[in-house]
Amino acid sequence: MTKRQKSDLIRIVAALITAAVTYAVTAAVKGIPWWGELILYVSAYLVVGADVLFGAVRNILHGQVFDERFLMTLATVGAFVIGEYPEAVAVMLFYQVGELFQSMAVGKSRKSIAALMDIRPDSATVLRGGEEINVFPDEVEKGETIIVKPGEKIPLDGIILKGSTAVNTAALTGESLPCDKFEGDTVLSGSVNISGVIEVETSGVFAESTVSKILALVENSAEKKAKSENFITKFAKYYTPAVVIGAVLLALIPSLITGNWAEWVKRALVFLVVSCPCALVISVPLSFFGGIGGASKRGILVKGANYLEALAKPGSVIFDKTGTLTEGKFEVTAVHPEQMSESELLDIAALAESYSSHPIAESIIRAHGGDIDKNRISEVRERAGYGVEGVLGGRKIYVGNALLMKEANARYHDCHISGTIIHIAYENEYLGHIVVSDIIKPDAAEAISELKKLGAAKTVILTGDGKKAAEEVGIKVGADEVKSGLLPEQKVEEAEKIIEEKGTTVYVGDGINDAPVLTRADVGIAMGAIGSDAAIEAADIVIMDDKPSKVAEAVKISRRTMRIVYENIVFALGVKAAVLILGAAGIAGMWLAVFADVGVAVIAVLNAMRAMKPAKK
Amino acid sequence: MKKVFELENLDCAHCAAKMEEKIGKIEGVMSVNVNFVMQKLTIEAEENNFDEVMKKAVKACKKVEPGCRIKI
Repeated sequence: MTKRQKSDLIRIVAALITAAVTYAVTAAVKGIPWWGELILYVSAYLVVGADVLFGAVRNILHGQVFDERFLMTLATVGAFVIGEYPEAVAVMLFYQVGELFQSMAVGKSRKSIAALMDIRPDSATVLRGGEEINVFPDEVEKGETIIVKPGEKIPLDGIILKGSTAVNTAALTGESLPCDKFEGDTVLSGSVNISGVIEVETSGVFAESTVSKILALVENSAEKKAKSENFITKFAKYYTPAVVIGAVLLALIPSLITGNWAEWVKRALVFLVVSCPCALVISVPLSFFGGIGGASKRGILVKGANYLEALAKPGSVIFDKTGTLTEGKFEVTAVHPEQMSESELLDIAALAESYSSHPIAESIIRAHGGDIDKNRISEVRERAGYGVEGVLGGRKIYVGNALLMKEANARYHDCHISGTIIHIAYENEYLGHIVVSDIIKPDAAEAISELKKLGAAKTVILTGDGKKAAEEVGIKVGADEVKSGLLPEQKVEEAEKIIEEKGTTVYVGDGINDAPVLTRADVGIAMGAIGSDAAIEAADIVIMDDKPSKVAEAVKISRRTMRIVYENIVFALGVKAAVLILGAAGIAGMWLAVFADVGVAVIAVLNAMRAMKPAKK
Repeated sequence: MKKVFELENLDCAHCAAKMEEKIGKIEGVMSVNVNFVMQKLTIEAEENNFDEVMKKAVKACKKVEPGCRIKI
């Protein structure tokens, strides 16, 4: 409890006692004059509601008419005027209790959301002049050496100078499996060092570190408001004056007809209490923030409530292929020799590729596995766009694509398997080929089928790769459409065609070369973005690890959040409308009206907190 | 120039919205955001009369929600 909440509680208890004593005295002692009773009740009323009263007067002087305090004051003073003394005190008491609960509930939810995002390191141990000094992370300069012990949060991004360890990046990516890091590896701030002591050279200051960027991103997400939030703010603006006017009409018209002023004024007072808009306004942003906080815990960073809202109803989902649905790492999938054995062909290819660091060369060397005697080959030359050539046993060897084969005059042929084909020729004798393909991520198919289950209209793959390879990936993951062989600008054009169609277009890419499309799409999702600033800039939603299934999870979180938002709107409006109707009919009294105000607010806040919890599988 | 301030005792979401509206109307304010959940106020205004703007913002905050204070 804060200081203010404590003093509120003391006042409430004091007022409760005063009111109880007053009630007992007036009931037990016969013959108290009406003014005596009034004085007793007014004193109880002032104990509990003086601040509300003063607030109301002050706000009126500032020209704030439809203020909550003013409305409560008007309602309770009105109750005094019509002679309902106990009711006036009780309503004010109940209102204050509700406000206290509301303040506590909001405080608690603020804390739990803050705890979700508690990845900020408190201190850093920096090595200066051979001494270990404990400082705040923002006091560490770029290029300094920091020491991180097991169990500590890594305070700044950097490269390991000494030592090796396992780190847990759960706070950043949602992935709880630890990851081994050795000398020369990059470690990110916000991850937790688990096993060994490491010395890290910082690669930037704290303000530029991964953890600062993530925190800023999530905290600033409230700046982009969702449509439903804007709706409710606007609605509140008209709601309160409308209900107050309703109260005035209810007090005047039936009274003039029936002449029963006391009864109809009493009913109008109910309107005044219900007219407070806080329950509505409080719950919607809190739900969104809970959803965004919960998502960030799972390694999904959402840049604004509006994106979370839009993602609930995905239309077309466009995927980039390499690096998004596939690993972007190549692997030998087939070896097809003409005459010799598979291992002999692989041996020759690996020899030729042994000097290259191209991803394809690396995959062939990996597939070969054994020792490569580099001395057997000489005059190796790497030719971009063709492949590699060299001299083996006094004769020319060619390892590369069809263009290289044509140059060597070898009679090559294509393969029935899709992928990148590496031909091998010895002088002009064709020896065979090796097929290398990109690996599809294990959860790519699951991601697409889940998205379809969640109602995505269609899933499209856009890629610069060849038709055969692209279509095979498309079939394996179950995408509806595949557009292949696209140059970067054609990719943007194709994406724009889809964006212009109806519905919310979601674009999922790795953020490296598709930044323009990420910004253009209704919701741009960057994947595997940890450490990539460009992707974090361009995207609306950032998935920290490289799992495409997180896209479906983000949709689920968004759905859940939206359901809670609608629940709160319908619940708050429903209860208020019901109490208004019942109040006009004379069935609902002031008690129920106070519940419709603060009680509903408390329930809505508690409901909003559910948005924080992870979505069900 | 964009600056972030902490807000103390911001208890009412409706007031946060009102405060945002009022501060947005102050001359020289380019953008404003009152974050109810984080209890933070972000103001973007011209650098040379930022202090002037802040004075007015503090006043506006007091008018809307007397209990709430901008921590400067």
